[in-house]
Amino acid sequence: MKAAVLVFPGINRERDMARTLRLVSGAAPAMVWHAETDLPKGTDLVVVPGGFSYGDYLRCGAIAARSPIMTAVHEFASRGGLVLGVCNGFQILCEAGLLPGVLMRNSQLKFICRDVYLRVERSDTPFTRGYNAGQVVKVPVAHGEGNYIADGETIARLEGEGRVVFRYASPDGMIDPNWNHNGAMNAIAGILNERGNVLGMMPHPENHVEASIGSTDGRGLFAGLVDHLAKAA
Amino acid sequence: MKARVTVTLKTGVLDPQGKAIEGALRSLGVEGVTSVRQGKVFEIELDGTTDRAKAEALLKQAADKLLANTVVENYRVEVVG
Repeated sequence: MKAAVLVFPGINRERDMARTLRLVSGAAPAMVWHAETDLPKGTDLVVVPGGFSYGDYLRCGAIAARSPIMTAVHEFASRGGLVLGVCNGFQILCEAGLLPGVLMRNSQLKFICRDVYLRVERSDTPFTRGYNAGQVVKVPVAHGEGNYIADGETIARLEGEGRVVFRYASPDGMIDPNWNHNGAMNAIAGILNERGNVLGMMPHPENHVEASIGSTDGRGLFAGLVDHLAKAA
Repeated sequence: MKARVTVTLKTGVLDPQGKAIEGALRSLGVEGVTSVRQGKVFEIELDGTTDRAKAEALLKQAADKLLANTVVENYRVEVVG
């Protein structure tokens, strides 16, 4: 795996992401500053990490989405390259037009920082092959704007094409408004683009990969990516 | 030349902040408020553009490219003097 982690002013979760990529893949990722115009040669995974790019000014992710490096990310994605966006990274990918919809203020107006349960809807994607469909994983969230919304037509397409990959669920995998902590439409926690090579998700799987933390439920996402890229190479 | 871009949420998009403000106004005893929707106003100074039409085109470009997310927001541009 030759991953590139994008770094924007104000981002603060890029080191967690880099640490996880190194732990799981054995190779340290390249850290790529937003003002760069090219990704490192041979990059096979672009990760847009979480944090608060530009202090969430204007709209979450809006300014970062228009950075010079994002032109290279658009090109990379259009050639089928894998792109993972987590938390602010998901917001950035939506603002950049790489994923549909918007992340709005959490419905109950509170910043939420806690473990949540996600139901993995599909295991046949490069991002989820380390899991079984229907499996429930426990990973943390830390966001104030994670309430996914899109127009009815977009939601119908996402659902119809099986592009909702993660949903907020109860510990036993039931979709229930009480466990949809930010009010996202259809309890959407993570979606794919049309081609299936760009994934955005609000929760932080990179923070649950070491037993010493108490959970390794996030590891499957990264182990699956390593496996997928090894087979593709 | 001074200009203003007003960005508002589209009808039907849930606005939890507007709802909270609406509730706060009610609890402050401000009566008769039936709905609040929160938006943004950008006060912009333009340099060297005297042509109103050109200024409006430029503001529209600014709104489309950055100031508004047209998935959920509408905008209005005005040249104010």
